[in-house]
Amino acid sequence: MKQVNITINGVPLTVPEGTTILEAARMLNINIPTLCYYEKLGCGVGNKPASCRVCVVEVERRRNLAPACATPITAFDEGMVIHTNTQRALKARRTVLELIMSDHPQTCLTCAKNQDCELQTLAAEFGISEIEYQGATNRIPKDASSNAIMRDLSKCIRCRRCETVCSKVQTVGALTGYGRGFSAKVATAGMMPLADTSCTFCGQCVNVCPTGAITGISYVKQVWAALNDPSKTVIVQTAPAVRVAVGQEFGFEPGVPVTKRLVGGLRALGFDKVFDTNFAADLTIMEEANEIVQRLKSGQNLPILTSCCPGWINFLEYQFPDLLNIPSSCKSPQQMFGAIAKSYYAAKLGIDPKDLVVVSVMPCQAKKYEASRPEFANDEVRDVDYVVTTRELCRMFKEAGVNLQGIAESEYDSPLGESSGAADIFGVTGGVLEAALRTVYYLVNGKNLEGDAVNFRDVRGLEGVKEASVTVAPGLTVNVAVASGLGNARKVLEIVRKDPGRFQAIEIMACPGGCINGGGQPYLHGNADLLESRMKGLYAEDEAKTLRLSHENADIKQLYAEFLGEPGSEKAHHLLHTCYHCRKK
Amino acid sequence: MCKNSLSPALADKFAALEAYIADLNITRDDARRRGRLIQVLHRAQQIFGYLPREVQCFVAEKMYLQEADVSGVVSFYNYFTTKPKGKYCINVCLGTACYVKGAEKVLSEIERVLGVKADTNPTEDGLFSVSALRCVGACGLAPVVMVNEKVYGKVTPAMAVEIINEYKQRG
Repeated sequence: MKQVNITINGVPLTVPEGTTILEAARMLNINIPTLCYYEKLGCGVGNKPASCRVCVVEVERRRNLAPACATPITAFDEGMVIHTNTQRALKARRTVLELIMSDHPQTCLTCAKNQDCELQTLAAEFGISEIEYQGATNRIPKDASSNAIMRDLSKCIRCRRCETVCSKVQTVGALTGYGRGFSAKVATAGMMPLADTSCTFCGQCVNVCPTGAITGISYVKQVWAALNDPSKTVIVQTAPAVRVAVGQEFGFEPGVPVTKRLVGGLRALGFDKVFDTNFAADLTIMEEANEIVQRLKSGQNLPILTSCCPGWINFLEYQFPDLLNIPSSCKSPQQMFGAIAKSYYAAKLGIDPKDLVVVSVMPCQAKKYEASRPEFANDEVRDVDYVVTTRELCRMFKEAGVNLQGIAESEYDSPLGESSGAADIFGVTGGVLEAALRTVYYLVNGKNLEGDAVNFRDVRGLEGVKEASVTVAPGLTVNVAVASGLGNARKVLEIVRKDPGRFQAIEIMACPGGCINGGGQPYLHGNADLLESRMKGLYAEDEAKTLRLSHENADIKQLYAEFLGEPGSEKAHHLLHTCYHCRKK
Repeated sequence: MCKNSLSPALADKFAALEAYIADLNITRDDARRRGRLIQVLHRAQQIFGYLPREVQCFVAEKMYLQEADVSGVVSFYNYFTTKPKGKYCINVCLGTACYVKGAEKVLSEIERVLGVKADTNPTEDGLFSVSALRCVGACGLAPVVMVNEKVYGKVTPAMAVEIINEYKQRG
């Protein structure tokens, strides 16, 4: 590849041909503002439509300003001289920003993205104090059809990050550029309500939207009301991936688990009991490992796919209705927790399930949709009443003046709080399968994995698709695949369609990297390195525990002894299993 | 495909569209299938007269695209319509040349005579729908009116009424 000599703001630099002006400037620590540009949406896809023009720079001997994000330095650009902050470039950027803002509601104080908005940040950096252009505005009613994701297209700046992540990374294709000219929108087919589309509610669009155009639907108000209702017992469960992300908002080192402070913080908010979704993750493994062993023994209905991720289940139900029989019938840990809480635990407390409020803290938007599915309710009493995301919980902490830095550490309550390390890794791609394999080994061999054998390193890491052959017992080798990101899930499912015998067990998570990158996690703002830290945090949490096998969890053993009988029992089936429906309308 | 109930009378039309798409030999992995979309939509609109959601979903499925991909293209091009059109589509050019030559008066007269507004529903008898468009490239003939494929030049409001009557008689 040819090297090209250029000069940026008077500093000489040699770059390989094909480097963009933006990338070259970043090598010199020269900051060029961007807005529509997003380098790493996931699975190697970026958003570089060069549509906003905020990154324009001046290039000598070129008549027009060049968008830095989309102008490659070619072999013919030897001696290119670039100026990133001339009067002309700065003036053009300011004009662009003012034009965008002239069609953007000036309601920052009441916006869900207040202080997390890239447009707001740029406006502040540019010191924009008034908008010269007063003209027509697009005002479009909000779409809150889905229980999970709120779309407020009046705030859309048409960067199309959401469309790119939805169609290219996730291959869900719920969004498109719709219409043309001033009234062009990034919207659903025919401007349908989101709930009627192929949307899986994975929330990756929420994670990358630079403004408040796409956010989660918040149930925080209802949670506060429940906490302040003396007639209700309010319990909370925390998903594995929350503990390695929540600290980021309170100045802890990114990715370092702050589990005990999280528990302390939740107590300070007034929850009657603080429990762990991890407990239900162990329970999921008891049921799922049992199902895997049954299916492996019978050789029927293989491969088996994990079913913990509601985004992926939504994807399957819409895009692959011919494969509805292959996921495990296990409910997700969130829903298993809800079902056990409203039966076993309510009975233990001697209270009516109606007076027990179950709140979930999830890294996820799709969990909100999952909790609202009619099959997860009894006489209109939902198993999980409210879902709040990691981000929303952070806001609750801040609203209540709870700073995790200053809060006393605390332990989860019993009996739904104890968990193994196998449950911690549910929050990262590969973790559910690894947790299941640990227990499958026990079920097949009648003994536990010892020492380092408990670590299935072949299925770890943030790659989109991982394959491995695992010898579970002499003569029993299982071919497994792990996919994260729905585009990767599609690849694996296409293989299953063509060659059903290639894999026997598959784990799929909707978000690239798994729940650590869920649609409800603190914003990465483009810093994909945070995922690596969160992943390490979860594996560290696992390794730090002496209890690393789900079937050794004493509280789980007690639950079966007292209530469920054994894995796969009729009662377990009634409470812990579900079935899937075609969602395409 | 969308499970919307397809009227049996439409079955022939769907069959015709399916045959057209089948001839293109599009595969799931064909990166150029998006490039074929506009031509398929043209044919679909020729067959159905317009592109309702059922037709868009059908095209999406047969071409291995998402419904949103198809909807985005349909919404972008003026030519495509998601509403039924009359048997005769009257297009009045409102491009600069036609406009200064009095096209707006021609359009108002057509709207008055037919009792429908441009770019809304067709007339009750289903014969006519009226649209405004921008420049058909025949500025020397301004103002221009098109009825389906036929071009009329130097149209006055009175001529417009005559043209309408001519098509009314054809029925």
